[in-house]
Amino acid sequence: MTLQGWLLIAAFVAVLLALTKPMGLWLHALYEGHRTPLHSVLGPVERGFYRLSGIDPDEDQSWRRYAVHMLVFNAALLALTYLVLRAQGLLPLNPLGYGAVSEPLAFNTAVSFTTNTNWQSYGGESTMSNLSQMLGLTIHNFLSAATGIALAFAFFRGFARRSATGIGNFWADMTRVTLYLLLPICVVYALFLIASGVPQTLAGSVDVSTLEGIRQTLALGPVASQEAIKMLGTNGGGFFNANSAHPFENPNALTNLVQMLSIFVIGFGLTWTFGKAVGNTRQGWAILAAMLTIFLVGTAVTYSQEAAGNPILHSLGAAGGNMEGKDVRFGVVGSALFSVVTTAASCGAVNAMHDSFTALGGLIPLFNIQLGEVVIGGVGAGIYGFLLFAILAVFVAGLMVGRTPEYVGKKIEGREVKLAVLAIAVLPLMILGFTAIASVTEAGLAGPLNKGPHGFSEILYAFTSAVGNNGSAFAGLSANTPFYNGLLGVAMWVGRFFIIIPMLAVAGSLAAKKHTPATAGSFPTTGPLWTGLLIGIVLIVGGLTFLPGLALGPIADHFAMIRGQLF
Amino acid sequence: MARTPQKSLFTADLIVPAIGDAFRKLDPRELIRNPVMFTTAVVAVLLTVLLIAGHDGLAAGFKIQLVLWLWLTVLFGTFAEALAEGRGKAQAASLRATKADLIAKRLRGDGFEEVPASALRVGDVVLVETGDLIPSDGEVVAGVASVNEAAITGESAPVIREAGGDRSAVTAGTRVISDRIQVRVTVNPGQGFLDRMIALVEGAERQKTPNEIALTILLVGLTIIFLIAVGTIPSFASYAGGSIPISMLAALFITLIPTTIAALLSAIGIAGMDRLVRFNVLAKSGRAVEAAGDIDVLLLDKTGTITIGDRQATEFRPVGGTDVGELAEAALLASLADETPEGRSIVVLAREQFGLDTSALPEGAQVIPFTAQTRISGVDTGGRVIQKGAVQAILKANPGAGATTAATELRRITDEIARAGGTPLAVAVDGRLLGAIFLKDIVKAGIRERFGELRAMGIRTVMITGDNPLTAASIAAEAGVDDFLAEATPEDKLELIRKEQQGGRLVAMCGDGTNDAPALAQADVGVAMNTGTQAAREAGNMVDLDSDPTKLIEVVGLGKQLLMTRGALTTFSVANDVAKYFAIIPAMFVALYPGLGVLNVMGLSGPESAILSAIVFNALIIPLLVPLALKGVAYRPMGAGPLLARNLAVYGLGGLVAPFIGIKLIDLAVTGLGLA
Repeated sequence: MTLQGWLLIAAFVAVLLALTKPMGLWLHALYEGHRTPLHSVLGPVERGFYRLSGIDPDEDQSWRRYAVHMLVFNAALLALTYLVLRAQGLLPLNPLGYGAVSEPLAFNTAVSFTTNTNWQSYGGESTMSNLSQMLGLTIHNFLSAATGIALAFAFFRGFARRSATGIGNFWADMTRVTLYLLLPICVVYALFLIASGVPQTLAGSVDVSTLEGIRQTLALGPVASQEAIKMLGTNGGGFFNANSAHPFENPNALTNLVQMLSIFVIGFGLTWTFGKAVGNTRQGWAILAAMLTIFLVGTAVTYSQEAAGNPILHSLGAAGGNMEGKDVRFGVVGSALFSVVTTAASCGAVNAMHDSFTALGGLIPLFNIQLGEVVIGGVGAGIYGFLLFAILAVFVAGLMVGRTPEYVGKKIEGREVKLAVLAIAVLPLMILGFTAIASVTEAGLAGPLNKGPHGFSEILYAFTSAVGNNGSAFAGLSANTPFYNGLLGVAMWVGRFFIIIPMLAVAGSLAAKKHTPATAGSFPTTGPLWTGLLIGIVLIVGGLTFLPGLALGPIADHFAMIRGQLF
Repeated sequence: MARTPQKSLFTADLIVPAIGDAFRKLDPRELIRNPVMFTTAVVAVLLTVLLIAGHDGLAAGFKIQLVLWLWLTVLFGTFAEALAEGRGKAQAASLRATKADLIAKRLRGDGFEEVPASALRVGDVVLVETGDLIPSDGEVVAGVASVNEAAITGESAPVIREAGGDRSAVTAGTRVISDRIQVRVTVNPGQGFLDRMIALVEGAERQKTPNEIALTILLVGLTIIFLIAVGTIPSFASYAGGSIPISMLAALFITLIPTTIAALLSAIGIAGMDRLVRFNVLAKSGRAVEAAGDIDVLLLDKTGTITIGDRQATEFRPVGGTDVGELAEAALLASLADETPEGRSIVVLAREQFGLDTSALPEGAQVIPFTAQTRISGVDTGGRVIQKGAVQAILKANPGAGATTAATELRRITDEIARAGGTPLAVAVDGRLLGAIFLKDIVKAGIRERFGELRAMGIRTVMITGDNPLTAASIAAEAGVDDFLAEATPEDKLELIRKEQQGGRLVAMCGDGTNDAPALAQADVGVAMNTGTQAAREAGNMVDLDSDPTKLIEVVGLGKQLLMTRGALTTFSVANDVAKYFAIIPAMFVALYPGLGVLNVMGLSGPESAILSAIVFNALIIPLLVPLALKGVAYRPMGAGPLLARNLAVYGLGGLVAPFIGIKLIDLAVTGLGLA
C-alpha cells in the first residue's frame, strides 16, 4: 500500500461526495417532471415522442400498470436483441462478415443486456457486428439503465405520496431519464473518451505493423459511444472481450478514474434524490453513509490484500503486490479500486482479472454482489434494493422504540414485510440454488478452469454475478455452453424482475398509506445509529447467508494459500 | 379480581400445570400456528426417525443428545406460552366462581319470577334488591342503589348506580348493598362483560395482532432464507469431495432460524394483555394494546386527570367598597348547608382566614337549594337573603344591581379570576353585590413532570375542558399541557379526534358519558371508565375498572413496552446468528479444508462439541428469556433516539456477544462432562 494509493481512493470519494447534491438535484427535477435548462432544446423532442406514441405523460399509473408496462417494454426489447443477433449475418454494418450468433448465446446475451447485467459469454470483437453492438446491445445500455432509475423513482413516490393510488408514469420516467440525463452526459463523455484515444468508427479493423515488424490486425468499431453508457448506466458490457483492461476502451489512468467515477455518480445522486423526495435530505445521506462505509471497508481489504501480494510468490523472489492479471497502466490501486467499484455498483466492467486476485482480495467483489448489489448498486436498482433492506431494518429494530415500525412517515406492516422478504430471498435462492446445481452436475463441473475451492469460487461468482445483475466475470469459467448460457440467462432474468415486481408492489402499498408525522417518539432514521443498524442488517440478512459458500470458496482458498497450497 | 400484588413468575402452582400444557401444545394442529416452532418440530421428528433408521458415521450418543435438545427447544417454546396463559387462567377461574349461579328476579306483570341468569334475554327487566347479585349486564331503568363492584374492580367502596344520567350501567356479578333497582338486560347470556373478561384473561379469544402477523411473516421469511443457505451445503460439500451428515445440517438450520423470538412471541403478547389486566384495565383486543404504543396525541379531561376533581376557594374579592370580612361572613353563611366540596372549601377558607367560628345556621333560617334553573344557592336567615352562584346567574337574579359600579367591578374581577385559571362565584345580600369568591382548580402534584415525559416520548397532550378559554389557557400553562380545547362539547371532541387522525396521528382518550361514546369509538385508543354508561363501555376498546383517567398515560407506556419487548427479542435473536455461524461452519467444514479451523474463533474443543454447544445454547436461551418476555423489557419514558441507542446496545450488541460467551461456556461444560 502506498500513500499515493490511499490519496487516489480519498480523491475518488471526495469528488463523488461533491457531485452527490448536484446530481441529486438534477435527478430530482426529472423525478418531479420539473423543467431543466435542457428543456428549451430537448423539450420539443420529448413532447414529439409522446405525440408520436400516443402517451399521456401525466397519466398516473397504479403499481400494477407501471409493472406491466415496464415488463412488456423489456420483453419487447429482449425479443428485438435476440432477433438482431440471430439475423446478424443478413444485416448491414458487418464489416468482418460475422454469421448468426448461436441460439443459447443469443438468448443469454439478450437477457443479459435487457437486465442491465451485461454478462458476456462471448468476445465482442470476434462475435458481434457493429450493428449488433449498436442496435442490439448499446440500446439496452441506455434503456435498462433508464428502467432502473425509473423504477427507483416509482419506489420513491411510494414513500413520498400520501393516500395515493398511482406511483407515476413509466413512459414519462423512461423518456425523461434517457433524454435529459443519460444521452446528454454520454455525448460529452464519449467526446472525452475519443479525445483520450478511444476509437469511434464504423470500420471493422485495421492492419498495422508492430515495432517488431509483425503485421497485426487491430479490431475497431464504435467503441467510445458504447463505453460512455457502459459506465454511466452501470452496464459493464465491453466492446472488446478484455473490457476496460483493453487500451482502446480505457487508455490511461485519467480515463480509468473517470470511468470509476461515472459508475458511481448516479447511484450517489439517487440517495440525495430519495432524501429530497421524502422531504429530508438527511434520510438520503444516512443511506449513503451506510453504503459508503461498506464500500470503504471492502476497498481497504481488497487494496491491502492485493498490495500485500502472494506470500508463496514472495518466497520465490517475486517481491511486491499481486500484479498477476493486472495492467501496469493502472497498477495495484487502480485495479483494486476498480474491482470494488464495479462490483459494488452492479456495473461489471473490469480492468483486471478478478480470478487472479488474492483469495480475500477477490472475496470482496464476490461479497459485494452477494449483498444484493446495494452498496451504491446499479443505477436505480442499488437504491431500491437498499430501501428493501431499510424496510427490514426498520421492522426488526423499529419495535424497540415502542411503536409500530415506521420509515420516512410510512407504517411498515405485514404486507410490506412479506414483499420485502420475498424480494430479498430471491438472491440466496437463485445464487445458492444454481451454484448447487452446477456443482453436482457434469455440465456444470465442466466449466471451471481451476480445481478445489478456487474452481468453486468461479462457479459461485458466475451465478452471483448473473443474479445480482452485475455481469462481471471472475473469469476462468467456460460459460459459453448451453448449460451455463441457459442457467445464467434464467438467473439474470429472475434476479432482475423477481425483485422488481415485489418492490413495485411495496411502492403501491406505501403510496396508499397515510403519512405519519415524525415526533420525538418516532424511530430515528437519520444519524450514525441508524447507519450502523442498516449495515448490520445488510451484513446479517444479506451477507451471512453466503458464509457457507464463501467458506468453501475464497476463504478456504485463502487459508490454503497461507498453508502453501495454491489452486 | 382484586389488584393483586405482583405475583412471582415462577411459583410451583403456575409452573407445574404449564409443564403439562407444554406437552399438550405439541399437537401439530396447534403448533402450526407458530411456523418456526413447527419447522423445528418437523426437524426434530426427522432426526428422531434417522436416529433409529439411519447411519451417517456420527456417534450415537452425540445424535441422541442432538435430538433431545431439539425436542427441548420445541418444548421450551410451548412451555413459555403455557406459562403465560396459566397466569390468566387462574384469574379466569376466580371470575367464573363469581358468575357461577346467578338468580334473576324477572319482572312479570305486577310481581316477579325467579329464573337462572342464563335464561335472561336482551330487553328483560329484572328487580335487584339489597343483598342480591346483579344477574346480567344492563341499564338501570328505575331506582337508585349503592353497588359493591369489588368482584370486578377490586375496589370495596360502594358506588352509586341510578336511572338516567351517566351512572346507569351495572355489571353482572356485582352486589347491591342498599336500596333496590330495576335493570333492563342489555346483553344475551355469554356475551356479558364478565364473559368477555374471562375469555380475555384466559387468552381463549386471542388472535394474532397485525404486528404479530407481520413479525411472523418476517420470521418465516428468515426461515426460508436459511433453509436455502443450509439446503445447498450438501452439493457445495460434494464439490469439495466430501459429505456433511444430515444431523449437522439440521443443527445448523435450527440454530440459524429465529427460534428464540418465535418461541416467545405469543408469550410476549399474552403477558402484555396480562400486565394491563393486573393494572385493572381490560383491553378488548391485542390490537388496542399495540395501538396504545403508537399514540401521538392524548386527549385528557381536565377534571380528575389534570386537576384534582374539586375546586378550592382560595380568596375573597369584595367589590363596591364592601369590607372583605363582610363578604367572608356572607359566603360562609351561604355555604354552611352546601355539602359540595367547593362549598366546604369556602367554609374552611372563611374560618381560617377570618377566624369566623359560625358552625350552624341561625334559628329559623331557610336554605335556598341549588337548582339547575337558577344556578344559585344560598340562605334566607329571616333578616337577610344571601345568594351565591355563577356571576351571570347572580346578575340575572338581581337586575337592579346590573348597572352599578359594583357590577362593573365584579365583571373585571371575574375576568381576572378566569385569566388566573379560576372560577368566580358571586355573592349578593338582599340584591346588593358583595364580591366574588375565587375558586381555584388545583393542578395535581407531579402532573407537569408527567407531561414533560410524554413530550420527550413524542406524545402531545391536549386538555379537554368545559371552562372558558381564559381559564383553560391558564390551567393549561400551569399543568404544562401542549394544547387545550376549551368550552368543549362532545362534538368538538369528535371533531378534534378526526382532525388529528386526518393528519396521520393516532389519538387516545378516555370518557364515561353516553355523549362520549362517538368520540371513544372514533379514537384509536378509547378507554371507557367502568363507572360510565353501558354505551361508553361498548364504544371504547379498553375499560378501566378503577375509573382513573390518569391511567391513560400508563396504558400508553404498557403498549410501548409490549412492542419494545418484541423488538428487543427479535433483534437479539437475529444478532445471535453471527456467533452460531462461527461455531458450526468451521466444525462442519474442517474435515474438507483443514485451513478453515482458523474460523473457530471461540476455540471450541471439537466439531461435535461445537455443534452440540450451539444447539444447547439455542435451546437454553428460551427459558432464560421467559422472565424477560413475561415481565417486558425495562421501560423508562424517553425519546426514541436514546431509547434506540440503549436497546440496541443491550439487545443488539448483547445479542452479538452473548452467544460467543454462552457457547464457549457450554463447550467447556460439554467437554468437561465428556458428552462429546
